[in-house]
Amino acid sequence: MADKGPHQNYLGMWGWVWGGNYKLERYLYLLHRITGLGLLLFGLFHLTVTTIFRVQGEAIWSSTISFLDNPLFRVGEFLVVAAFSYHALNGLRLIIQELGFALGKPVPPIYPFTDAIRRKRAWTLVTLAAIMVLAVAFFIDFTVRGWG
Amino acid sequence: MNNDAVKKITFRVQRFDPEKDRKPHFQEFTVPVKRGTTVMEGLLYIKENLDSSLAFRTSCRMGVCGSCGMLINEYPHLACHTQVEEFHSDKLTLKPLPNMAIIKDLVPKLDTLFEHHKSVKPYIIREDKEEMEKPTAGYLQKPQQLDEYLQFTYCIKCGLCIAACPTSASDKAFLGPQALGQAYRYCADSRDEGQDFRYAIVEKDHAVWNCHFAAACSEACPKGVDPALGIQLLRKGVAAKALGIKKTAAPATLATPPALAKPKIDVPEFTVEPK
Ligand code: HEM
Ligand code: SF4
Ligand code: FES
Repeated sequence: MADKGPHQNYLGMWGWVWGGNYKLERYLYLLHRITGLGLLLFGLFHLTVTTIFRVQGEAIWSSTISFLDNPLFRVGEFLVVAAFSYHALNGLRLIIQELGFALGKPVPPIYPFTDAIRRKRAWTLVTLAAIMVLAVAFFIDFTVRGWG
Repeated sequence: MNNDAVKKITFRVQRFDPEKDRKPHFQEFTVPVKRGTTVMEGLLYIKENLDSSLAFRTSCRMGVCGSCGMLINEYPHLACHTQVEEFHSDKLTLKPLPNMAIIKDLVPKLDTLFEHHKSVKPYIIREDKEEMEKPTAGYLQKPQQLDEYLQFTYCIKCGLCIAACPTSASDKAFLGPQALGQAYRYCADSRDEGQDFRYAIVEKDHAVWNCHFAAACSEACPKGVDPALGIQLLRKGVAAKALGIKKTAAPATLATPPALAKPKIDVPEFTVEPK
């Protein structure tokens, strides 16, 4: 039996994941969502380890730590730092641009069409790179080399 | 390529007949194309020569009416505005626009688009009801004021932006890039006084705050409308108003009614009295 009516054709969550031929910003959106959820997962995991496992005494705490001290979790830790850096930088861009700043003004649609986010892309990326360089320099100067 | 050389291309078309089918399936057709043949011409060839039951929408065939939006090789295009040659491929896959229902074959159900469009009051609203009902003259507007919203007036309600939007994909109630872009278009018009009505609509759930700025809508738009820019500028206005820092200029004033305006040059009087 056919359903004799319009067929639903919403992409659903697949529509978040599938970026197809769309350009950079479509993929930044996807990565922002993935890193956001990843950070949330890491946060829960981290809190579980540092609370539930810790309050049960030193024996359990040290065995947890030695269990976590392996290459897999080291890579994981690296990914958390990378995900946080990306999420924070892109999040900063989103806060600014989603409130309508740093996008310029509307332009008359003359072929070939352009759009605001891509007209400003170079500037946006250069600014974010500059912020990242400053953040890394700050980190090395004050944390790695000490506060003194 | 020789202008008249004919090449055979495979059109892989998604079919769905609500009377017979439970779910969509694909059918292949071989279509002769030349340099400059549009995807729409290919579909018309199929309908005239191979299978008259194939359903798709078309009206203007020149990218003006917004009827013929569809996915061509998984990307939203106007079929009449897109040449087969652009894809550098011997096979094109045609599917109806996603993020709305399918009525038949390549015909999407655009009802939600129109409902959402209407819901943002896409017309000039003035406090002077008398003048709205019985206009006596036009409103004065500077070219710079026109530039604030001109880009957004080019929308042809084709729905390509909705097919591209990842939020529309999972949230049926989301007003979508088309309607939100138009909400901005009217709020940014210096002749309009309806900003508060529209802000009340777009600051609710499933509206302006649900945009995550993937900006796929602006990429897909065939008319250069840039709905994503409209949404972010609309959000700026809504946020500024909530913070009490929104600057709102006085609305445009009425031009002198034509009967009272003096012509700048000597225009001859009517020789025949108008009735
Ligand atoms: C400096 C730190 C951070 C900044 C600037 C930031 C910024 C943002 C922004 C602006 C959004 C909204 C993006 C959009 O419109 O789609 C967002 C979404 C999100 N963030 Fe963060 N964030 C930060 C840290 C975190 C952390 C530590 C977590 C993990 C607990 C997190 C989890 C998420 C999640 C799950 C989302 C939703 C993703 C989505 O809707 O696509 N964020 N973040
Ligand atoms: S904004 Fe562009 S893509 Fe969206 S309906 Fe209007 S013309 Fe079509
Ligand atoms: S038929 Fe009118 S836009 Fe394609």
